[in-house]
Amino acid sequence: MKRFLLFLPLLVALVLGVVLFAGIGKDPTRLESALIGKPIPEFSLADLHNPSATLDHSLFRGEVSLLNVWGTWCPSCRDEHDDLMWLANEKGVSIIGLNYKDKREDALVWLGRLGNPYRTTIYDPSGTLGFDLGVYGAPETFVIDAEGVVRYRHVGVVTPTVWEETLLPVIEEARSNS
Amino acid sequence: MMRFVLATLFVLTAGLARAEVMAVYDFDSREQEVRYQNLIAELRCPKCQNQNIANSNAPISEDMRNEVYRMMKSGASNEEIVDALVARFGEFIRYKPELDSRTFLLWATPAIAVFGGLLVVAGVVIRARRSERQATGLSAEERARAEQILAGQDDTGDR
Repeated sequence: MKRFLLFLPLLVALVLGVVLFAGIGKDPTRLESALIGKPIPEFSLADLHNPSATLDHSLFRGEVSLLNVWGTWCPSCRDEHDDLMWLANEKGVSIIGLNYKDKREDALVWLGRLGNPYRTTIYDPSGTLGFDLGVYGAPETFVIDAEGVVRYRHVGVVTPTVWEETLLPVIEEARSNS
Repeated sequence: MMRFVLATLFVLTAGLARAEVMAVYDFDSREQEVRYQNLIAELRCPKCQNQNIANSNAPISEDMRNEVYRMMKSGASNEEIVDALVARFGEFIRYKPELDSRTFLLWATPAIAVFGGLLVVAGVVIRARRSERQATGLSAEERARAEQILAGQDDTGDR
């Protein structure tokens, strides 16, 4: 018993070490979405390109798509734009844009100048859908399956590496399930 | 002098930084305002992670404060308001997590630590008492030896 007590500090140190080591390298600013496994929130918002058209969650029915939250005020969105173009044109990914807390004119100029990777763009100037989606900083990219259920959320810039290692596996799984 | 000017500046600007956060909300009663202040103090900003939404300037905190205010005005309870925000942003935004199987250790650790500490202290005390009891009273053999030593010391003292 006495001898066991001698080893107690070592044991405590080891357990603490394992627990703390597990936390190293985790990025605390990337939060898992609370919406994973839940259907996309109900919304009724205008189309960016066509103010008189109203879009709702039926937009996501039928195929697995990416929902990309962006704004012209967001420098990182500029960084990922070329990669979104690449995904849309080369990989044939269906990307739906959510123009978040932005001005319509600015957004249209941006898409005209840099190209439009989006199948449809939802115009959300006051950020209501963004709020319901739990968006806390653009850019964010959601994987939505063919039933309109949120499968994954990526916070930050989409790069070819993020696509290969993170988004593509989730999309493939979503495709095989539906 | 310079130091005084700087100190004054700091004091003045600190007030400004604080005032910027405060949006203007109208409340029906003093209690409602207190309720609102307590709620936004215990909700965490998802963007600026070590601030609550009361102290944060981030646009998302502003949206969250607006939502808290809007729901409170429409008669929602504190629980409903927090649940609605957690449904969007996740458990992360609670500074006071719910007590369930995942957060059990989080809540119980202080109690476990205190209890463990008490056990250790009790162990030390009991052991000390026991050895104290054993230490009192010498056996006949020991007494004889002690007397011998003391006598020896007397001898050396005389010389």
